[in-house]
Amino acid sequence: MDERAGTPWLRYLAMGAVSLVMLYPLIWLVGATFKSNAEIFTEIGFIPSRISFEAYAKGWKTSTEYTFATYFLNSFLITLPRIVVTVISCVLVAYAFARFEFFAKKTLFAVMVGTMMLPLIVLRLPQYLMFREVGMLDSYWPLILPSAFATDTFFVFMLVQFLRGIPRDMEEAAMIDGCNAIQMLWHIIVPLLKPAIISVIVFQFIWTMNDFMGPLIYLASVEKYPVSLALKMSIGATEEVEWANVIAISVVALIPSVAVFFAAQKHFIEGATSSGIKG
Amino acid sequence: MAAVSLSKVEKTYPNGFKAVHGVDLQVRDGEFMVFVGPSGCAKSTLLRMIAGLESISGGELRIGDRVVNELPPKARGIAMVFQNYALYPHMKVYDNLAFGLKLAGTAKAELDQRVRHAAQLLEMEHLLDRYPKQLSGGQAQRVAVGRAIVKQPEVFLFDEPLSNLDAKLRAAMRVRLTELHRTLKEQGKPATVIYVTHDQTEAMTMGERICVLKEGVIQQVDTPVALYQRPANAFVAGFIGSPEMNLVPAELADGAVRVGGQVLPLRRAVSLHLGKVTFGLRPEHIGAVARPDAVPMQATLKFVEHMGSEVYVHADMGGLAMSARVPAEQATALESAERGSSITLYGLIEHAHLFDAETGVVLG
Repeated sequence: MDERAGTPWLRYLAMGAVSLVMLYPLIWLVGATFKSNAEIFTEIGFIPSRISFEAYAKGWKTSTEYTFATYFLNSFLITLPRIVVTVISCVLVAYAFARFEFFAKKTLFAVMVGTMMLPLIVLRLPQYLMFREVGMLDSYWPLILPSAFATDTFFVFMLVQFLRGIPRDMEEAAMIDGCNAIQMLWHIIVPLLKPAIISVIVFQFIWTMNDFMGPLIYLASVEKYPVSLALKMSIGATEEVEWANVIAISVVALIPSVAVFFAAQKHFIEGATSSGIKG
Repeated sequence: MAAVSLSKVEKTYPNGFKAVHGVDLQVRDGEFMVFVGPSGCAKSTLLRMIAGLESISGGELRIGDRVVNELPPKARGIAMVFQNYALYPHMKVYDNLAFGLKLAGTAKAELDQRVRHAAQLLEMEHLLDRYPKQLSGGQAQRVAVGRAIVKQPEVFLFDEPLSNLDAKLRAAMRVRLTELHRTLKEQGKPATVIYVTHDQTEAMTMGERICVLKEGVIQQVDTPVALYQRPANAFVAGFIGSPEMNLVPAELADGAVRVGGQVLPLRRAVSLHLGKVTFGLRPEHIGAVARPDAVPMQATLKFVEHMGSEVYVHADMGGLAMSARVPAEQATALESAERGSSITLYGLIEHAHLFDAETGVVLG
């Protein structure tokens, strides 16, 4: 134990204070769900004067004919397939880049990393036109399909780096044991990549749940809206916005991402920080 | 079981570097062959070429009666044990052992019987339910060996399997592996083994024959005793034996050898080769007490190392470093002697080796 770090209680006090500052907006958000519009805009404190879950109920119902249950379902209908195709495509591409020799590998890898620097917004228009041509507008396909081709290059890059850190001996042992390339991928590489794959799942879940621009561009029917769009809609739908309702449903909308993060926390942190080598 | 035969086997890397130069070698059926050499001598590369993990640039490799140059590792009938064990971390020991058999579609009953037999052979039945990270280094090594055994391969390949273990465990595993080879032989299932190491002690104690390599070229292939007694060149002489053989520049003239300003008479006939040579004499052939068959050599004492039962004496003979390995009871006077004092060492010159000064090839 480092002696200079001071007494434990002082340390915990300091850390507690900093985390309170960091978490304050979130705490305030929860507190605000119990307040009236007047209270929200006049008080800085987060402790509400009354506890009532009315705002949650109202927010959940929305001013449309659908409840947030529909929007959550829609969000999952986009997010889950997207995660599946992302993991499959990114692992395959990363495996190829990390372990096989092929023509122009270095150039292709550089191009792939280069696309990471590309502002995604410049792809929106051509992609929109493309999906219009094939008649996929107002469906979830434009939101899922691109990920099936490992276009989430950040994930490919992350997996490649992780794979490079794993010694090849295990794969050589597996080769001698009689694995072909696909068996190797399934029996050896995927289990070894597990922490990194979990990171991919968590990132993709949070990013897709939070994605606003994609659904806004491609989806026209309200019944197909995911949570991110529905939240925006709940602000504009009535003349007088009941902020407590909006905030309440925002809090609910945070729950899946937070839950996924905490469920995967152990693996996620390992995947994001370690190179996969264990002593 | 099968013999392994290498004929003019070569390895050239894409960048033009030639790692293995036309290796010719016959490993007999059931033989324990050790590849030994300093780092960078291509011993591991050669082993990996036999395993099929490295491509073969030239020559022919046969396992049994098949040419296997182009066959993938799994079709070669080999099993390999890696230096850092290479156990699958996400599988229990049982599954690590069974993995290869499962892939080969072995029937469940037979698979189970083979895994348990291997576990029994290596005394690790109690480890079958553990994950690799729950094993100690020695246990992990046993599992790695077990994984090779269950496959019942024609040839076992070991790539420095003991170098990650501490000295004590290494010695124990050395004995265990040698015993395992003998056990398999007695059971009528002799295993052809090719074992790579940089440790000459391992090579000497385990190998039935040893292949000494340097820079991708075979220096000598022979039994441990023959390598020790009749090294083919100065490199083998220096590499085999511990502590190292004294190898010093000398001159040969008139039936005697001039080393560090002293003339040591040779008591055996050396074919006519006058001029510069490399003179080699093992430390154990230099003593501290006079005996009728030894030649006295004058030297200055540098320091002594006490090893318990024996003492290593490091001395300077006319500017040349010489070390002697002397039983402790004969070295009491030397131990109390001052650094720099004159001493007399007694060399058993009939055990001396003479090598060509330029090529290093043995003379006589």
